This record gives sequence, structure tokens and C-alpha cells, in this order.
Amino acid sequence: MDNPSSSQRHDAPLLSVRSLSVEFGSGSSPFRAVKDVSFDVQPGRTLAIVGESGSGKSVTSLAIMRLTDYTGGRIAGGEILFRPSTGPAIDLVDASDAKLREIRGKDIAMIFQEPMTSLNPVFTVGNQISEALSLHEGLNARDARLRARELLQKVRLPDADKLLDRYPHQLSGGMRQRVMIAMALACGPKLLIADEPTTALDVTIQAQILNIIRDLQAEMGTAVIFITHDMGVVAEMADDVVVMWKGEKVEQAPVREIFAAPKHPYTRALLSAVPRLGSLTGQPLPKRTPVTVMDGGVPKQTGTTHIQDTADYAKPILEVEKLTTRFDVGKTFFGRVTHRVHAVEEVSFDIYPGETLALVGESGSGKSTIGRTLQQLVEPTGGTVRFDGRDMNAMTPAERRRLRQQIQYIFQDPFASLDPRHTVGFSIAEPIVVHGLIKDRKAIERRVHELLEQVGLQPQHAKRYPHEFSGGQRQRICIARALASDPKLVIADESVSALDVSIQAQIVNLLMELQERRRLSYLFITHDMAVVEKISHRVAVLYLGQIVEIGTRQAVFENPQHSYTRKLLSAVPIADPQRERAKTRIEGEIPSPVRPVGQEPAIHRMREVEPGHWVAIESDQLRGAA
Amino acid sequence: MAGFILKRLLQAIFVVLAVTLIVSFAIRLSGDPAVMLAGGSNITEKDLQNIRQALGLERPFYVQYLAFLKGLLVGDFGRSFMGGTPVSLLISKALPATLLLAFASLLLSIVLSVPLGVHAAVNRGRWPDQLIRILSLVGLSFPNFWLAIMMVLFFSITLGLLPPSGMEGPESFIMPALTMGIILTATNVRLVRTSMLETLSQQYIMVARSKGLKDWVVLYKHALRNSAIPLVTYIGLQFGSLIGGIVIVERVFNWPGMGTLAFDAISARDYPVLQGSITVLALFIVLINLLVDIAYGLIDPRIRTE
Repeated sequence: MDNPSSSQRHDAPLLSVRSLSVEFGSGSSPFRAVKDVSFDVQPGRTLAIVGESGSGKSVTSLAIMRLTDYTGGRIAGGEILFRPSTGPAIDLVDASDAKLREIRGKDIAMIFQEPMTSLNPVFTVGNQISEALSLHEGLNARDARLRARELLQKVRLPDADKLLDRYPHQLSGGMRQRVMIAMALACGPKLLIADEPTTALDVTIQAQILNIIRDLQAEMGTAVIFITHDMGVVAEMADDVVVMWKGEKVEQAPVREIFAAPKHPYTRALLSAVPRLGSLTGQPLPKRTPVTVMDGGVPKQTGTTHIQDTADYAKPILEVEKLTTRFDVGKTFFGRVTHRVHAVEEVSFDIYPGETLALVGESGSGKSTIGRTLQQLVEPTGGTVRFDGRDMNAMTPAERRRLRQQIQYIFQDPFASLDPRHTVGFSIAEPIVVHGLIKDRKAIERRVHELLEQVGLQPQHAKRYPHEFSGGQRQRICIARALASDPKLVIADESVSALDVSIQAQIVNLLMELQERRRLSYLFITHDMAVVEKISHRVAVLYLGQIVEIGTRQAVFENPQHSYTRKLLSAVPIADPQRERAKTRIEGEIPSPVRPVGQEPAIHRMREVEPGHWVAIESDQLRGAA
Repeated sequence: MAGFILKRLLQAIFVVLAVTLIVSFAIRLSGDPAVMLAGGSNITEKDLQNIRQALGLERPFYVQYLAFLKGLLVGDFGRSFMGGTPVSLLISKALPATLLLAFASLLLSIVLSVPLGVHAAVNRGRWPDQLIRILSLVGLSFPNFWLAIMMVLFFSITLGLLPPSGMEGPESFIMPALTMGIILTATNVRLVRTSMLETLSQQYIMVARSKGLKDWVVLYKHALRNSAIPLVTYIGLQFGSLIGGIVIVERVFNWPGMGTLAFDAISARDYPVLQGSITVLALFIVLINLLVDIAYGLIDPRIRTE
């Protein structure tokens, strides 16, 4: 590491991007993904680039290392001035390939979004970390391995020695992302570019990864460019913020200023859409609030403030009692089962008409399995499910079909769940036709148009295909399809998680509006605590296939009793840079629900801490794990 | 892994048994070897009976088949109807010639198709890709016998550079291996290209580039091994059709291999030679596919631990 004199530190930026433009495609009208963007990065500081999908933030980050060369992109103008550890500043835009290779991985390193796919599956962890070390530092195999082990210890991975010889598929997502960080920091880069490094991770793992990046940055004096769409992460990590919108930089300011006094209308709209944990503190019911959206460059308010007083607690629509779902994995040579996934273990809850129950939990908590079991996509191992008083086990095939009509599912990925070869009108009409709800073709068409209008689209959209819509519009189409069979219960499985915050806020409002109009019940499955707070009447927290806490949203959020609920709530990044950053440290992996046959998990006993608020009694074992 | 190989070996024995049964049965439907052997026109039914008796053909089919299996256990395939040479001797002469030709053409096709396929994938949509794809299409449209005859016409008759047939010295390898190799390359290039395209779009390739690795390291270390599974699978399958194709190519070049041996045996209704040669070829195809399964585990650690 070199020692720039302290006077130099602030007036000589490490990286200076000047009027950068990046184009894709050829011919007369190439697509300009980044337009005339400029910013500086000072040594040792963190610059966050925020924006929604299509804002050009990821393209900008790839362009800095000229990695856009490999994705069909072309730098159409501007300069990228970088000061490497040796020699004078150079413009990376017209640097030679050899020079770029010298800088990549040595002076500038990058961490990518998907830890599951950013490590090469056929090489060991040790091999992949050593590679950069022998390339840039000229280390021999033995020294490179020693350094790799040190690096793994630095990112707080236990058992570094064994880990060196492991393959990526043997590690969890959080561990892989730590390996990725170790790899990126191997040669002590002066600039680290992190492109949504925690977006794909569970919230408690995200908190750990953010801490590691922050600690190592302080230790090594590395400057960081942090690409994210999550304003909570921005508030936790950034010194300065660049806001991008439609390929342009619309605002740049120190982090506190951005949050306290956003100047550009887009920044204001973005911040207003961010769900904030704690925004409903003191209020017993969920609440719809207006959303600011950009309409042709002008901010516009949509929606109204409305208290969601829709639940009717006379008689539950769905009663789940001791539901258990297990899957066999791992077989011996003779086909005997050795291991099982204990996805759901004796889970009990009710949902009332007009009520939203949120199921929250991290990977392996069993939240999606519960949803799929209710939709009859997965066969339960045990327990009873009653819908409208009728036991699902005792139902005739005809009744089960009718149940499929009354319980509908909205998936996470709206693109994958719509058939690309059919018009959206066809997809929406399908449940009506399958269940024989309306026979007359004209009447079906009228119904499809009506449904499209209800979800905020136009009747003429029925003739178009899924690829002609944006992500948010596609999710509206999926909602219209779910409503087509006139269900009583809708299971929304991470249905808003993949959407940009402004779209997410609108879809959440739409779901709440439809609930009020049609007295719908929702089972809202998610890992996002801030969205849960906004939409749900009651909350059930799942951990390793069991409910550890269930109660009204207000009780669970304002008076969390179980240590896991508290951990989950404290791990959520808060979109407020004024808050103390060094929070309680969260350590530890999420344990696996896979167990050897014969080793049954202990079932929690619950106690009622206040009316309707139940908490699992914690054994020492669980406290140790959590 | 050991359990897996054991399972596969048991399967292999089953496959080979099934093949021998079908072959032995089918050839007996194709005509009477006694008539072929007797030749001439003034033969009595009595003469034919005698010939059948001498060859053991008057016994019921299952007895003949079991006798064949019994011989198989000790490596005895019986004797040829034509001249009484032991079948094992015929096979031991023909097999090396065929295997040499098969592996030479496979090797040639790998050496050609891997770099070409990688190059096409890297230059997707640009002229090197277009050119390689057109050449591959041209290669695919050649029937192998036509290609073989064209080569003989050009290299042997017009230029007089290479021997037109037979197996005498290394230069006689060139044309048969080229014929087979070119046809294999034409399909393999497309396979390598498609699976490289898939791999190159993976994030770990971008990560490798972000480390500052040279292009050839990214392509041939990081990408190729991840693209190898489809190619290895296909080569295993190809081996079967390769053997089929070799029958024709061996005929054209008069190559003294298994193809020629089996072909002549069919024409002469020489049951023992045909049974023996098909059994040995089936054994090889099964063995190659077993090696392919083992290769999966070596290429991809995710398969190893399953």
C-alpha cells in the first residue's frame, strides 16, 4: 500500500470519471445505457451509486474496468482517469489490453451480485484465490496458498485450511460471497467495485457481509464503489452518493445530504417509495400511503392514505394445524433414505377473511414450502389443513379442484410465470376456462378486460405478449390472473421482492386496495421486514421449519420476544444515515434443515406473552445457534 | 464412486448379453449358410444335412446360443465357417486396425473442433463465427462414402500422393482418418460453440476477466472445462455411430478392420465371425460410455459428490 501524503488525500481523486457514455448495439441507433456521467472517488472513501433497474449503474461499474468490452458495450465518449499504485494516472478508456489486465484484479477489483454463480464450479476455492496472487504478485503455489488461507481468515471464514480444498457448491451463499471478497482483496486493490454484493443474500448474512466489507476497507484503506438499489444499504455504507436515473446522473451529494435534503425530483420520489422499518410504530393496522412516481420526468402522487381495516375475526377461512412437510434426500446404494429435509415441522396458524398474514423467514425456513403445500403443489407429510371449515384430507377430487380455484398463487418472478407464447389475455382467461366459471366467450373477454382495469392496466393490453410489458406491469398481469378465478385466499410468494422500490410500493398498494374491495385474505411470504410491516395484520416468524413467534404485526415488531425475531429485525439496514452504524454484531450461518433419518428436530413449545402473541420457549441449543 | 462403477458394470454385462442374443437370433433369419457353402447346383438335401450337421446348425437355437456363451466365458468365439480359422484370431488382427482408425479420427475431430468452436463462440455473430458455421454445415451435408471417394480421386488418382487403399504404413491412415474426422468435426464444432456460448455468459467468466487473466486462460481454463460435459457425452454417443460409419469407410479404403470383417461375415452368413465381431464391438461401445460416465466426475466436482 502506498502512502499518499495527507494533504494530497482529498484534492487528488483515485478515480475520476469524466463525461462517460456507454453504448450497446450497432447500426444507426445504438442504445446509450450511460449518458455523460461524471464523478470522483477519493482514496479510502465509499461512493454509492444508486438507481433502479435500467438506470445504468451496473453498466457504469463494468465500464470502469472496461469489462463492458465483453458484454457488447462500447465506450462512446469520456475519460476514466485512474491513479495506479505505480506510475502516473492513466485514462482507462484508451489503455491497452495488457495495461488493463495489469490493473484488473491488482489495483481495481470487483465483487458481483450473485455469489452462487460468481465462483467457477470446477475449481477449488484455494485455486481461485491463488490465481490472482500468482498472476499479479508472482507468488509460487505454496506461498499463494498460504496467502489465500490468511485471506479466508480475514473474511472470518472458519476452518480456512479445509476450505481451500472445497468446491463452491459445498458452500452456502454467504460463505461464497466471503470467498469472493477474499478473492477481490487478494492483491490489496486501491479500489473495490461491489455490484449489489448483498442483494441475493439473507438479511442476517447481508449484515455480516456489510460489516466485513466495512472493516476490511478501514484496515486496508481501500476505496469502494458500492452499486445498489437498496437505500438502507446506502445509509449503512456510503460516504457519498451518486443517484442515477435512465442512464444519467441526476444528483450527487454526501450521504446525509441526500437523505436529509434530496434536490432532484427523482431522488425525492425514490426516497419516498423506500419502505422504512418502524414507520408504522404505534399504529395497530396496516396503512396505504400515496406513492410518488415519475411520470415523464415529473413527479406525481398516486394513491391515497387509507387504514386497512378489512379483517373479520369471526371465523377463520384457513386453519392450519401441525402441518409437517419433509422431503427425502440422500440415498444409499440400495435406495434406503439416509437424510431428510425437514422443511416444515408442526406449523399451526389461522388466516381470517380480509386478513394478511405474513410468513417471514430466511432461506431454509420453510416459508415457501408452506405456501406450495396449501396450493396442493406439494404433498404434506402430516397435519391438517381446513379451508372454510372443510378438511383438505377429506376432500373429494372435485372439491380439491374447487380449492385450487379458491386459493391462488402469485410467484416471485412475473416473467417466468407467464407463458411467453400466449397473449396475456389468454393467460388471464385460462383459470376462468379451466374452472368453467364462465362459458360464453364474449363474457370471458369482458371479464378479462375488467380484471386488467382492476390491476391498473388497459383492456387493449389483453392482445399483447408478456415481453411487451415491464416487470411491474407483468406482476400486475399475474395478479389479474390470480384474481380471475375469484379466489378467497391469495398466496403471494416473494411477489414484490424482485421489483424496484417505486414499483414495489405501487404493487403493495394495489394488493391492499384489492383486499379492501374483495375481502381477500393474503398469505404474504417474504424475507423483507419493511414490506411486512406495511402490508400485514399479523406476522408469523419462521426459523428452520417452525414458527418461533406469531402475533399481530404491532406486537411482533414493537415487542419482539424471540431472539431470532430480534436478530432478524436488527439485521435490516435502515434507510437513515443518522443512525449509529456499528450495531450489534451478528455472527453465524443459517443452519441447514437437512437431518439424518432418525434424528428428529425438537418441536418448540409456545407460550402466550400477551393475547394472541405466541413465542417459542427457547432451548439453550437454539439460543446458541441464533 | 466405487458403487457407481459396480452398478454400471452390471448394466454393461446385461447390455452385451442382450446384443449377442439379438445378433445370433437375427442372423439365423437371414438365410442358410449350408447353401452358400455347398455352392454348385446339383446338391441333394442329404448333402445340405451333412454340412449342417458338421457346423452344428441342426441343434435348436437355444443350444447353439448357450454353446456360444460358454465359449465366450473362456474367450473362444468358435471357428469361421469359411476355412475354419479361429474367430478370435480374425478379431485380434482386425480390431487394432479399427481402433486405431476410430481413435485417430476422434482425436482429429477434438483437435479441430475445440479451438474452432471456442473461436466461433467468442466471435459470435461476426465473420469468423459465420464462416465456421457455414463450413460445419457443408461438412454435415457430406455423406461419408462420397467424401471418401472424392479424396481417393483427388489425392490418389489426380495427385498420386497417397495410397488409395489398404493399410501399409502411416500415410495410408491419412485419408480414412480425415474422412471420419471431418464428419465428426462438423457436428462437434457446433456442440462446442453452443456450450461455450452458454458458459461465456456465466458470471464466473466475468469474474475471471476482472482478475486480469489473459483471454486464453479465461477461455481454455475457466470456460472450456465447464463446457466439456456436453462434448464428452456426445463423443460417447458418437462412438457407436462412428463404428457404424467405419464399416462404410473401411469398405471404400479396403481397410482390414472390424467393419470389413463383419461385412464379409454377413454376406457369407458366417455366424461365428459375425457373432464374435459384433460382441466385441458392443463391448467397446459399452466400455467407452462407462469411461464417459467416469469422466463426468473428473470434469465436474458437483457430479463427484452426488
